Amino acid sequence: MPPQQPTAGEAADAEAVARVDGEPLVQLPDDLYIPPEALEVFLESFEGPLDLLLYLIRRHRLDITVISIQSVARQYMQYVELMRQTRLDLAGEYLVMAATLAELKSRTLLPRPAAEGDDEEEADPRAELIRRLQEYERFKQAAEAIDRLPRAERDFFVAGAPMDAEATTPQAEASLLDMLEAFRGVLQRSRLHEEHHVSAQGLTVRRRMSDVLEHLQAGTAYRFTELVDPAEGREGVVVTFVALLELAKGHMVELVQVEPLHPLYVRVP
Amino acid sequence: MSWEPERLQAVVEAALFAAGEPLSLARLQRLFEEDEAPNRGELEAALGALESDYAGRGVRLVATGGGYQFQTDPATNPWIHRLFQSRPPRFSRAVLETLAIVAYRQPVTRSEIEDIRGVGLSSGVLRTLTDRHWVHVVGRKDVPGRPSLYATTPYFLSYFGLDSLEELPPLKEIQEGDMDALVEQLGVEQLGVEQPAQGEVDGEEAPGGEEPGAPEADAGEDG
Repeated sequence: MPPQQPTAGEAADAEAVARVDGEPLVQLPDDLYIPPEALEVFLESFEGPLDLLLYLIRRHRLDITVISIQSVARQYMQYVELMRQTRLDLAGEYLVMAATLAELKSRTLLPRPAAEGDDEEEADPRAELIRRLQEYERFKQAAEAIDRLPRAERDFFVAGAPMDAEATTPQAEASLLDMLEAFRGVLQRSRLHEEHHVSAQGLTVRRRMSDVLEHLQAGTAYRFTELVDPAEGREGVVVTFVALLELAKGHMVELVQVEPLHPLYVRVP
Repeated sequence: MSWEPERLQAVVEAALFAAGEPLSLARLQRLFEEDEAPNRGELEAALGALESDYAGRGVRLVATGGGYQFQTDPATNPWIHRLFQSRPPRFSRAVLETLAIVAYRQPVTRSEIEDIRGVGLSSGVLRTLTDRHWVHVVGRKDVPGRPSLYATTPYFLSYFGLDSLEELPPLKEIQEGDMDALVEQLGVEQLGVEQPAQGEVDGEEAPGGEEPGAPEADAGEDG
């Protein structure tokens, strides 16, 4: 059950108007003159133009039974004017509302055209403003109701008995051998990794042709496979192969195969 | 297999204390292997027994947030509060109003919240709500910009002592009388003015500020 706070709403409003130089200011003065510091405190307590407008309307409901749009609009404008002088950043939404009110005011002043035919009503901003005021007020009240709900950290606390973390976290059981094994695995994987990172620059065919020639000694036949280093990966093998083809094409080496499907030999003539 | 009541109670009790958040029946059931899982009846009996075991003690078993949780007895509050250095957190009206709109209108976008409140939302407000894990993003609305859709979390329910969203305080109906009074106060003659607004009252589900033609609809987006 919510704690007994029937006047929480009013209390909040009274609080909001609160203090000027330490003096609690419970009721706003009836005339509009408010010292600028008080005004700032006062305006900060509003959550936007709808909130301010609701306040103006509700306040006058107590004093006067019927208040005209002119009166509410006039007061609202005066607040907005003061606000523009103190808090420009807030003024945007307030100004839009001021424009809406000004339009409403002008409509009530102008004689209504007798036109029954056209559906002007559906665009009537008065109905829209009233709807928005009511909608906002519902959620304003709902927020107060939620604030009054008994809640954790204020009205009750969650009871917990955390598990003993040490007892539940399995201890690591790794021997030095496991560590070495793991390290070897990492090394192997890093080698595989390396093989895929042969840089293209180091693998130009021209360069590889020179290397192969340098490696070959005249008169000796080399197995093709021993000229190719698998550690260089696919790219390395391909580059070496292309280099050998180039060398053969330029008659710098001979490619020899004794019979089909036999190993390929390379030699410098 | 069937459970010996005391043993099942002990497991449930330990799980609820260890979890630190409400556990639903389904979640309690998932603690067990399939072949040893107690049925719902057995679990409910265990919870019932625990509830009466704890009656009159400093801690009580509460159905909240769609599950069960042990909470301190509010009667102990004056002393328990002294455990903590800081006073219980208070939340600004902006935070509470935004929370209310999300709770009643979820899933809802930031600009829908701004439309209802008639004022731009500072980024700190939604961050407070998400940091507190009361509100989270549940998706994106299929409109230009694909804005995030916010909804409340189960933690929100348990924090505010609610078992489900249905337990939220009822949102005040817009009454005919209120409408008349407001119309009167605004000095607006009662013409066909009420017709369009009446439609809104019936269309309870429709988020408030979605009318593209609403004069203030754009104000919030800039802010």
